[in-house]
Amino acid sequence: MSLTGTTSGGRRAWLSSRSGILKGGRLLVSLAVTMLGLLLITFLIGRVMPIDPVLAVVGERATKEVYEATRAAMGLDDPLYIQFWNYITEVLRGDFGMSLLTSRPVIEDIARVFPATLELATVATFLGVAIGVPAGVVAAVNQGRWPDHLVRLLGLFGYSMPVFWLGLMGLLVFYGKLDWVAGPGRLDVFFEDVVPQVTGVILIDSLLAGDTEVFANALSHIVLPASVLGYYSLAYVSRMTRSFMLEQLAQEYVTTARVKGLSEARVIWRHALGNVMVPLITVIALSYANLLEGSVLTEIVFAWPGIGFYITNALLAADMSAVLGGTVVVGIVFIGLNLLSDVLYRFVDPRAR
Amino acid sequence: MTHHAVSAPGHRGLHAWLTSDSPTSRLQARCVQVYLGWLGLARNPLAMLGLGIVVVLVLAAIFAPLLAPADPIAQDLTRRLQPPGAPGFVLGSDELGRDILSRLLYGARVTLYVVALVVVTAPVFGLIIGTVAGYAGGWVDTVLMRFTDVFLAFPRLVLALAFVAALGPGIGNAVLAIALTSWPPYARIARAETLTIRNSDFIAAIRLQGASPLRIVIGHVMPLCISSVIVRVTLDMAGIILTAAGLGFLGLGAQPPLPEWGAMISTGRQFILDQWWVATVPGLAIFTVSLGFNLLGDGLRDALDPRSGR
Repeated sequence: MSLTGTTSGGRRAWLSSRSGILKGGRLLVSLAVTMLGLLLITFLIGRVMPIDPVLAVVGERATKEVYEATRAAMGLDDPLYIQFWNYITEVLRGDFGMSLLTSRPVIEDIARVFPATLELATVATFLGVAIGVPAGVVAAVNQGRWPDHLVRLLGLFGYSMPVFWLGLMGLLVFYGKLDWVAGPGRLDVFFEDVVPQVTGVILIDSLLAGDTEVFANALSHIVLPASVLGYYSLAYVSRMTRSFMLEQLAQEYVTTARVKGLSEARVIWRHALGNVMVPLITVIALSYANLLEGSVLTEIVFAWPGIGFYITNALLAADMSAVLGGTVVVGIVFIGLNLLSDVLYRFVDPRAR
Repeated sequence: MTHHAVSAPGHRGLHAWLTSDSPTSRLQARCVQVYLGWLGLARNPLAMLGLGIVVVLVLAAIFAPLLAPADPIAQDLTRRLQPPGAPGFVLGSDELGRDILSRLLYGARVTLYVVALVVVTAPVFGLIIGTVAGYAGGWVDTVLMRFTDVFLAFPRLVLALAFVAALGPGIGNAVLAIALTSWPPYARIARAETLTIRNSDFIAAIRLQGASPLRIVIGHVMPLCISSVIVRVTLDMAGIILTAAGLGFLGLGAQPPLPEWGAMISTGRQFILDQWWVATVPGLAIFTVSLGFNLLGDGLRDALDPRSGR
């Protein structure tokens, strides 16, 4: 079957149900409202900030006339709703203003730092899922016995530990004492700018360039922060996997599968886990979104030049355009991932359509 | 939950009064409910461990001036970065020669202050929004819940960062930022509970007696939502502590010389490889306290909310 055939067929199936259109429409409206709300909040934060944007431009010693003229030119005399409208159109054009810190458009800065965060969060999610799902399954199968308690304890620790502290402890032990991994940053200074930037994700770029040395160095840098961040994903994923699995194992089809003589491994890993995968996709997307938040603090601890590092540094330098621009972008990605988990769920689970 | 003793009114004492299955007054009914909940909680050793940690935290905060061996902000630059166990410093000293144990004890006050302020603001606000939305229904519900969803759609720490950026650093503003970002789940819970009780007979009866919507919401709907909200609040306290510590770590929460645990980790970070205790000790404190609240919250959920049994 040709590719276009499948997509249009899929679309027809999607559109053929009236409720599908309704739900899709409702989803779009709620998405638009949420985005508008997001922009309203960042707009209001920008308005109540104690730093006078006019003073920042004209300087302390400007005369009253110059001050007033600049203020009018910056559009700050307009009614708030007009200012808000201007703000929305600017953001839609990708214009978040100039960063004071780097003297570059904020959007360019964000495009430069975002791949680093993406790389970190992806590797972390991968680790969290690769360990968290089996851990949750083992816990559910051994409900009430020691593996279950161990997994629960691991999860509980994850919910209780400050991520920045765990990162510091990791640096102390694995970098400082044992010297197993590389220290803060994405690469050793020696390796910086060696491979051409294609995607911005060093692990991929170095492979594209065929430079295994850079790849090994990047890997040795990312292992620790990704493990720290991945631990939080593990805590969440294993807990959810466990409760989904318990639900499935109590179902009658599991008994049927056992009665007809399937091996226990097949019943658990194929039949029960297969059905758990559907709600699990939602959980994984949500945990990916939550890692964006955890990455702010992790990036600070590991001097990881991602968006959290960028926002925090901008904040300490009172660079408001950069802070608000970063907040909007993180918010949009967060909303996008939530939406994605919602849509995926509907597609994968026929009952939810 | 079974009743332990069949109450013979009058002469069985407090225990019988507390476990009576035919309470004679509203007060007794409430007391029985609380007591049975407590019995359920007391059977769970992990929850009791959590409660113990929380009690220790509260005691440490109250009696900090009596327990602390030194002034938490008194500097002694001749004795900087002393290791734990050095004379006069049980847990070592920091980069300004301040006693870490004393700062830890006083830091309990800052932590409790933040938690207490958030806990008396965010859930109340969420409760009001949620019950009003659920009870009123229609466009009021739609508008309020959209508003809630917008706040839910933000990563919490990033939104708190942006708020603090606008308001300026400081512990008060950190509390405000955390409260502003943590109320939406309570609104969601309160609304869900309200929807389940809105159409019940007793609400209809009260309405027929002529009670105003305000009276119904405050007097009859809210009290029924409170137990689910309390469970959620206890589970959220660890999150509140971690967020506050995170803001402190970034230098946006409590300002020096206030002994805040997150800020203490932040200064200890410079010495992490050689003087590890400066950052490690306050981190352990945050971890222990968060763990305590999580254990207690889990226990409360199991005891008070039979539906979410594991």
